[in-house]
Amino acid sequence: MSFLPKPKLHHPRLPVNALGFTRRDYEGAISTLCAGCGHDSISAAIIQACFELDIEPHRVAKMSGIGCSSKTPDYFLGASHGFNSVHGRMPSVLTGANLANRELLYLGVSGDGDSASIGFGQFAHSIRRGVNMTYIVENNGVYGLTKGQFSATSDKGSKAKKGAINTDEAIDLIGIALQLGATYVGRSFSGDKDQLVPLIKGAMRHDGPAFIDCISPCVAFNNHEGSTKSYDFVREHNEAMNHLDVIIGRNPITADYAPGEVRDVQQHDGSVLRLRKLHAEYDPTDRVGAMHHLHERKAAGEIVTGLLYIEPDPQDLHANLGTVARPLNRLGDAALVPGAAALEKLNASLR
Amino acid sequence: MPGVINATNDFVVKFANVNGSGSASANQLFAKSILRMGIPIASRNIFPSNIQGLPTWFEVRVSGEGHLGRRGGVDLMVAMNPQTWDRDVAEIDAGGYLFYDSTRPLPRSRFREDINVIGVPLTEMCNAAYTDARQRQLFKNIMYVGALSALLQIDPGVVETLLSEAYKGKEKLAKSNRDAFHMGRDWALANLACPLGLRLERADKVGERIYVDGNSAAGLGAVYGGATVCAWYPITPSTSLAEGFEKYCRRFRTEPDTGKKRYAIVQAEDELASIGIVIGAAWNGARAFTATSGPGISLMQEFVGLSYFAEIPSVIFDVQRAGPSTGMPTRTQQSDVLAAAYASHGDTKHIVLFPEDPNECFQFGADAFDIADRFQQPVFVLLDLDIGMNDWLCEPFAWDDNRRMDRGKVMTAEELEAGKVFGRYLDADGDGIPYRTYPGTHPNKGAFFTRGTSRDRFAKYTEVGAAYVDNMQRLLQKFETAKGVVPHPILRRAAEPTRVGVIYYGSSSAAMQEALTALEAEGIQVDALRIRAFPFHRDVDAFIAEHDTVFVVEQNRDAQLRTLIMNECSIAPQQLIPVLHYDGTPITARFIRAAIGDKVLANKVLPFAGAAAE
Repeated sequence: MSFLPKPKLHHPRLPVNALGFTRRDYEGAISTLCAGCGHDSISAAIIQACFELDIEPHRVAKMSGIGCSSKTPDYFLGASHGFNSVHGRMPSVLTGANLANRELLYLGVSGDGDSASIGFGQFAHSIRRGVNMTYIVENNGVYGLTKGQFSATSDKGSKAKKGAINTDEAIDLIGIALQLGATYVGRSFSGDKDQLVPLIKGAMRHDGPAFIDCISPCVAFNNHEGSTKSYDFVREHNEAMNHLDVIIGRNPITADYAPGEVRDVQQHDGSVLRLRKLHAEYDPTDRVGAMHHLHERKAAGEIVTGLLYIEPDPQDLHANLGTVARPLNRLGDAALVPGAAALEKLNASLR
Repeated sequence: MPGVINATNDFVVKFANVNGSGSASANQLFAKSILRMGIPIASRNIFPSNIQGLPTWFEVRVSGEGHLGRRGGVDLMVAMNPQTWDRDVAEIDAGGYLFYDSTRPLPRSRFREDINVIGVPLTEMCNAAYTDARQRQLFKNIMYVGALSALLQIDPGVVETLLSEAYKGKEKLAKSNRDAFHMGRDWALANLACPLGLRLERADKVGERIYVDGNSAAGLGAVYGGATVCAWYPITPSTSLAEGFEKYCRRFRTEPDTGKKRYAIVQAEDELASIGIVIGAAWNGARAFTATSGPGISLMQEFVGLSYFAEIPSVIFDVQRAGPSTGMPTRTQQSDVLAAAYASHGDTKHIVLFPEDPNECFQFGADAFDIADRFQQPVFVLLDLDIGMNDWLCEPFAWDDNRRMDRGKVMTAEELEAGKVFGRYLDADGDGIPYRTYPGTHPNKGAFFTRGTSRDRFAKYTEVGAAYVDNMQRLLQKFETAKGVVPHPILRRAAEPTRVGVIYYGSSSAAMQEALTALEAEGIQVDALRIRAFPFHRDVDAFIAEHDTVFVVEQNRDAQLRTLIMNECSIAPQQLIPVLHYDGTPITARFIRAAIGDKVLANKVLPFAGAAAE
């Protein structure tokens, strides 16, 4: 971690986005994680994504559980309300927050212990309920804060720092998210900013449950030989399906791509996801195909990354419940309280 | 010849039925017809954790005097369940009555010599009148109501009106029910000596009162309290509370033009998610609640601590049942008092409300949201199965249209813009209650990081001892402030000055009132204080101080409220004498009267001499 206080001043010609914010306006407190931690790169990618998307920082609610990953919301978007809840329960707290005010953007940050072990149920149910959110798991395959125990995403056969071999089957959160109906599913690597930033941008523009599994090596406890979540291992086994550009109305990307290599997917909010396909046969709008491909590549020892699945026109929990357009937290007495006359009628029916 | 119980407007009828046989609506019809004659009743379902096949009972206490607690004893048993025949017959008071289906002859040995037996060939009559099996079953129930109307002098006009109301717009159904009712009634008039010694006489003792269950009332209270988010997990006996909320929301909160809902209800995957959703919604400025029972309270502990320490309002309705563990899921108790008051690890205490009947379930159901917002912490509303799942005669619901939701201390964008100092955990007003902001309020002011970890007055993480203690002391200060705001205890003075007092709460209230009347008639003077909330108002300390002997009446084994009083008001154990009833049935006046009366008369008032259950 860094012990130097962050200077508040910045270069006067630092680039600004459409709202006049600099990238610095999206930063948070100084990270207390280990130097080189993959999680800090993910925080940086979130900052970059929000800056590029011209998001008003205070319109984001950042939620987390407990663990190294769950501490990170303190380190980005300092002007947003944040909620570091209890271990494994971020999804329910986020669900409640979302029900209260459908107009904010909800960013849930979790870890593999938080989402694959203690909070596996809440992760699953928030996805299947269709909560409109961006749910990022910073996946390092290890319990960092308690010093190096295997997590439920540790691959079978992988080696702990002290030499123990994991004998339990790993949970692949991507596979679960696909099965349970997430409408935007991606995997990336904290060391691949070019892939990660647009993946987060696409997720934040997505009106449904967007899930990103981001492999994020733990430099303290899971970056050694024999680990399958180390920088070296992931770089060697990373099999990217596509590279993504998120195109929002006013800044079309005009780069030349060879015909047949590009696929545009328009999201409900009008943004276009331009996918530079690296696997000609891969169709990211085919859920069953995505699941099949994921298992196939896993069997071949590869870690599939990129935007694996997208439903361009998703439906979220509010649509399922049929709630009013106005946020519930802004409804006043007149809209909520039926009043004395209605009560008198009710009394009469109970005699 | 057996003796004969003679009583007018003062007796107990118990129906023994089979679960799922359609008896519930017939029994309701019976109960409501007595109410419509202006005679107060108290009715209770006694049922197993089962959907179909197991025995179930419905007890109606007719009380012209208006006693609404369980009386104990049975004057007339309507024995419709062969499975429980022997115990049902055994339960009848000597000189009482046994009403049964005499289609199949039973040997003399199955009856008792000291009771009066009334046989009606219900099955035979049904089989003659109907061919469909389901109809035979359902109309048999209505038919026994018909026979009982003749035996007890229920006004048939009242029953007909009730049937027309129940089957409004379904005239065919109304008619077939009326026919079955009269078939039973006519047979009884022609073949039996009507009326019995037990009889009903029109009275004017019901007045404006309504007949409703506490769970529906609490759900309605949540609607009036402005709750918009409900997250829950099904558990007996609280399920009908969430369902009540949904029913009333559908009626009162659906936008007429769009059909869209001004509420969100999530049936969560478990109780942890339920309370998590509540806390998330409340953090974001919506009023939110969950409904559960003891096992759910156990599961919610960690989140309750977060709600307390991070200071996020939450409302938890706990419809108590008999514990521990799975306990007796369909039996009543007041055994979550301590689990609620001190829920979660670390030093915590929470606001707890104790409604006495459905009217207070409604009132407190609405008030809980104001209190939670005002104090930014969990508020438990402790119902129990007896109030929650039974229909009670109670004062009608009332609402003041000038009332507005009290959202507590919420700093607005305008105040932030004007430069008002915002410290999320800063005691700006000296009452221990800080200001909060809703997420998204202001572009660059008022944001903070909510956490369950220790922090300073400006929500910045810290493990500095002094800052931690400062915060913990402020939380105590806040709790102190709450004492003056939560519902105050209600005192009932005895006719003459006395040094004997009794403290009671929740659903024991009805039995307590009756016991007090009985004690007074015996010349035993007892002042009574009904506690309605924790933290305890200073009147509780004063009440204990001015009495030499104070009984604490509760429906649990360990005298939980007594423990809470001893601990919070620094009362010596020997000053508080427990009166404990915890066999899963509702406490009775007879029980309380005996426990208190015997001790006072014998003048050997001893501590720890908790009476065993009946």
